[in-house]
Amino acid sequence: MTDTWQLSAVASLVEDIDKKILVVLRDNSNIVGTLRSFDQFANIVLENAVERMIVGTHYSDVPLGLYIVRGENVVLMGDVDEAIELKGLTWVENDEIRRMKDAEMEADKMHGLIARNLDMLLDD
Amino acid sequence: MLFYSFFKTLVGKQITVELKNDLEIRGTLVSVDQYLNIKLESVSVLDEEKYPHMKSVRDCFVRGSVVRYVQPPEESVDVDILHDATRREARSAV
Repeated sequence: MTDTWQLSAVASLVEDIDKKILVVLRDNSNIVGTLRSFDQFANIVLENAVERMIVGTHYSDVPLGLYIVRGENVVLMGDVDEAIELKGLTWVENDEIRRMKDAEMEADKMHGLIARNLDMLLDD
Repeated sequence: MLFYSFFKTLVGKQITVELKNDLEIRGTLVSVDQYLNIKLESVSVLDEEKYPHMKSVRDCFVRGSVVRYVQPPEESVDVDILHDATRREARSAV
C-alpha cells in the first residue's frame, strides 16, 4: 500500500506478531495471548488467550482459547516480558481469584460509603 | 493531517499519555499513524500499584481512540510554528 501505511503505528504491530502480548480492553480486563493477526482497526486474533486476573499478590489465568477482539475495545497492547510477568505473584485457582476480586470490589464499595458518610458528618 | 504531522515531530521524545480509563503512561514515542494510534517504548505506568498487569510491559501500542491527553515536553513544542501551520492548514482547506 502507501508509504503512510508502511510507517503507521498499526502497521508496526507486525513486530509483535507471534509474540506473547498483553491486551488491555475497555472493560478493564487484561488478556494475555499470542498475537496471530491484526488489521488497520486493531481488530486482533490471539491464540491460547487467557484472561489474567491479579488481586494483591495473587493471580489466576482464565483460559479463553482462540480469541478475536474487535478493535474498538482495545485500549492498549504491550509485549510481555516473560521473565518478570509473574514475579512476586502466587498462583491460585480461577474460582479463588473470582472470590478475591468480588471481596476486593465489596471492600472498595464499603470504603467509598464510609468516606461519603464521613464527609456528610464533617459538613454538618 | 496537522496533528499527525505534529506528533511525528515528537518521535523520540518522552511523552506522558493519559487514557480515558485514567491510566497514565510515560514512555518514548516510537511511531504514530493517521488515527493517532501511538507506539511507546520503555514505558512506565504512573500508578503502577493500581495496574499490576503493566509491570512486565516495556513497549506498547495505544489505540488513538482511547487517548484523553498527551503531554509532550514543553521545550520540544514550538507554539509559533504550530500557530502558523494551523493558519496555513485552515486557509488551504477553503
